[in-house]
Amino acid sequence: MEKQLRTDFKKIIESSNFSEKEIITKEKYLNKFIQNGFPGKKNEDWKFLDLNQAIKSNIENLDYFNENLPNEVDPKIYVDGLEHNKIVFINGRIEKIDFKYEESDKLEIKDQFDSDSLLNDVNSLVDLNSALTNKYYKFQVKKHYTVKKPVIIYSLTTSKISSKNINIRLDFDLESNSSIKIIDYSIDKSENNFVNIVYNFNLEKDAILKKYKLDKEENNNIKYSYNNINLDTNSVAENFILSSGSRFIKNEINCNLNGKYSSAFVNGIFNLDNNKNHEIRTSINHLNENTKSYQLIKSVLGENTKSAYQGKIFVKSNAQKTDGYQLSKAILLSDNSEFNAKPELEIYADDVKCSHGSASGSLNQESIFYIMSRGLNYKEAKELLINGFLLDVVEKITDNEIKNLIKNIMGLKE
Amino acid sequence: MRDKQVQDLKEYKYGFSTDIDTIKAPKGLSEDVIKFISNIKKEPKWLLEWRLKAYNRLKVLKEPDWQKPKYPKIDYQDLYYYSAPKSFKEKPKNLDELDPKLLETYKKLGIPLQEQKRLNGIAVDAVFDSVSVATTFKDTLTKQGIIFCSISEAIQKHPDLVKKYLGSVIPITDHYFATLNSAVFTDGSFVYVPPGVRCPMELSTYFRINASDTGQFERTLIIADKGSYVSYLEGCTAPMRDENQLHAANVELVALDDAEIKYSTVQNWYPGDKDGKGGIYNFVTKRGLCQGKNSKISWTQVETGSAITWKYPSCILKGDNSIGEFYSIAITNNHQKADTGTKMIHIGKNTKSKIISKGISAGYSDMTYRGLVDISKNAENSSNYTQCDSLLMGNKCGAHTVPYIKNKNSDSNIAHEATTSKISEDQLHYCQQRGLNTEDAVGLIVNGFCKEVLQQLPMEFAVEAQKLVGISLEGSVG
Repeated sequence: MEKQLRTDFKKIIESSNFSEKEIITKEKYLNKFIQNGFPGKKNEDWKFLDLNQAIKSNIENLDYFNENLPNEVDPKIYVDGLEHNKIVFINGRIEKIDFKYEESDKLEIKDQFDSDSLLNDVNSLVDLNSALTNKYYKFQVKKHYTVKKPVIIYSLTTSKISSKNINIRLDFDLESNSSIKIIDYSIDKSENNFVNIVYNFNLEKDAILKKYKLDKEENNNIKYSYNNINLDTNSVAENFILSSGSRFIKNEINCNLNGKYSSAFVNGIFNLDNNKNHEIRTSINHLNENTKSYQLIKSVLGENTKSAYQGKIFVKSNAQKTDGYQLSKAILLSDNSEFNAKPELEIYADDVKCSHGSASGSLNQESIFYIMSRGLNYKEAKELLINGFLLDVVEKITDNEIKNLIKNIMGLKE
Repeated sequence: MRDKQVQDLKEYKYGFSTDIDTIKAPKGLSEDVIKFISNIKKEPKWLLEWRLKAYNRLKVLKEPDWQKPKYPKIDYQDLYYYSAPKSFKEKPKNLDELDPKLLETYKKLGIPLQEQKRLNGIAVDAVFDSVSVATTFKDTLTKQGIIFCSISEAIQKHPDLVKKYLGSVIPITDHYFATLNSAVFTDGSFVYVPPGVRCPMELSTYFRINASDTGQFERTLIIADKGSYVSYLEGCTAPMRDENQLHAANVELVALDDAEIKYSTVQNWYPGDKDGKGGIYNFVTKRGLCQGKNSKISWTQVETGSAITWKYPSCILKGDNSIGEFYSIAITNNHQKADTGTKMIHIGKNTKSKIISKGISAGYSDMTYRGLVDISKNAENSSNYTQCDSLLMGNKCGAHTVPYIKNKNSDSNIAHEATTSKISEDQLHYCQQRGLNTEDAVGLIVNGFCKEVLQQLPMEFAVEAQKLVGISLEGSVG
């Protein structure tokens, strides 16, 4: 692996025009990754999902360099029925940035590499991302500006690539009293790649971030996504994750509630079938007074599937009046499905209200009987119950337009 | 009155040591020491081999380090692995032959063996440093066919039972401290309840570490044969010493068809002084196996002592319809640390488990509930209910909850709830309005918080535990 990595790294450096300083920094991260490798079962955070094993058994000769041929953006991929701004990635390369609905002086796009914004000491995958991303973009929303239309980030892979490692990195800075809605939408036509995405958000005072991540289309890729969100006073971050399409995916969200009265929400759905193995891991760090967090994760698990939820609420000793809540529920539809949870509380302040709950089991037979006695057949009854179970999470979405879009995409009925 | 009680107990009341001549094994851990222990206890050959096998495995094992409370490295070569009062070379046959000084010690501890024998009707097996000192009420139990004696005696008198069950729940291939115990265990209790017998009294052991630099490695083995019932109590204390002492016991429970074992612990080892100096490291492995159908194992623990408590009394629910229960109160104050909880491993069909854990942390202490509920693929129609609540007093302490939940069976249900809070101003105000001072009010509220667990304890212990709960938190309010 090391040899391959080093030669591919050289190719990446040659094909881009980094400064000397950048190359040194990138090399540092590369060495860090080589030292630690892909995380496996022995690592507590990866206990339920062994990435090292998954990569070994699914991807032969992982390739870290892909030639960045420009790809045509096919407008057919665009989501219908919703006016939106676009950022399009094809095979890890940014092909299109389109903010036609916005005022150009209110939104700044930087593509200068900035080594200060790299994330340190998170895990080896973030190090890998820091080492190998060839392009870096930062979107800065100016003071008091509300981005009018949602931004959809399309991340597309074509059938041209296979056994590749794709690294994507984006940054968003929300200046005070600004707001943005982002939909992260992946479309995969490829197989057996390892996609590694890192987003970093900085929310200043009173800023609002709404982020929705949709992974719906059936594909055989292995994905990892890390979102870091820093929140200042009175800012709000709302997250929604639909985890359904990929063979193997781990979504990680790290929220630092730095400012007073800041709040974070994470709502997630696992809707799995066919040997899929998904995980959501969150860590919500309450670092100041009067901060709030709410998490709701629901799983529906079909044949041979496995989902895991690791949620951690950390409360620092000065973070009095914290309100933290966490709930995970799972329905196991098959004898071969498995649900794992590790809802963790780490609390150092006394005047707090923190709780978590977790429940898992099969569909309630009485409920099915009730519905069937009113004329539906077994399959319909089951679908109706699952529909209601998942709708609960989607209803938490605060933006109506996007809520309806997601309901349509998921095929949920009201 | 209250003040006096507080004063008494602010200082650890069990913190005296007794001057008794002791025989010690040479310092350090080696094959020779193990042979020494085995020899002095006149053990059969198979047991020595068993010990040595454990010791060989220990050499390649690493000490675990994933726990929350960290501690300075223990020098295993600087410990005595065997310490016994000298007068014990020949074991006394009854209480009258005991060293009077020892009896006095136990009196100070509040377990006058003689009186206990006459009044309480609780059979006591007392373990002093490393050897079992006396077992009361032997005759009454023998009549029913119940064997209650020290494990050394059981090895001599009932080798078949010991050989069959020793290590069947905690094998020598287990984790570091359990394996260490297997290699060097010195004494402990042995209970066998024959089929269909309901043990007429509570059985009880009292542990005490007296000599300095000794580790206490006792091993308890309880077997409840088909259709039997036994309730077992365990209490512990140690003298005040500046250095940390290690206590690494193994407790194995085996419940056969339709049998029930109830195991209660009130642990009050010396917790160290208010600056966190000294105290016991309580690294205990407790595991129960519900081997037979319809069997039940219930753990109840009140953990108030020790500098570091690190244990997870567990149930392996192997038999169909078996039940596991875990009730726990853990209180940490000053610089105490605890990382405790349980494991419920569902293997058989229709198995049920219930976990109620109450953690209270005050002062500079740190408390972690860590637990595992694992429902395996074949454990159809199983269910678990877990509730773990933490109470924090002040913002210098920590309370953590780390549950692991694994469900591999679609017919089974797991429900888990956890809350963390403090004593609310409203509750305090309400009590104070009715004439209680702050400390009494806190005591009342805390006892209410723990009630679900205290109810599970046998009467005699419940009263003591309730007092202990109040005392452990003394001085942490205000």
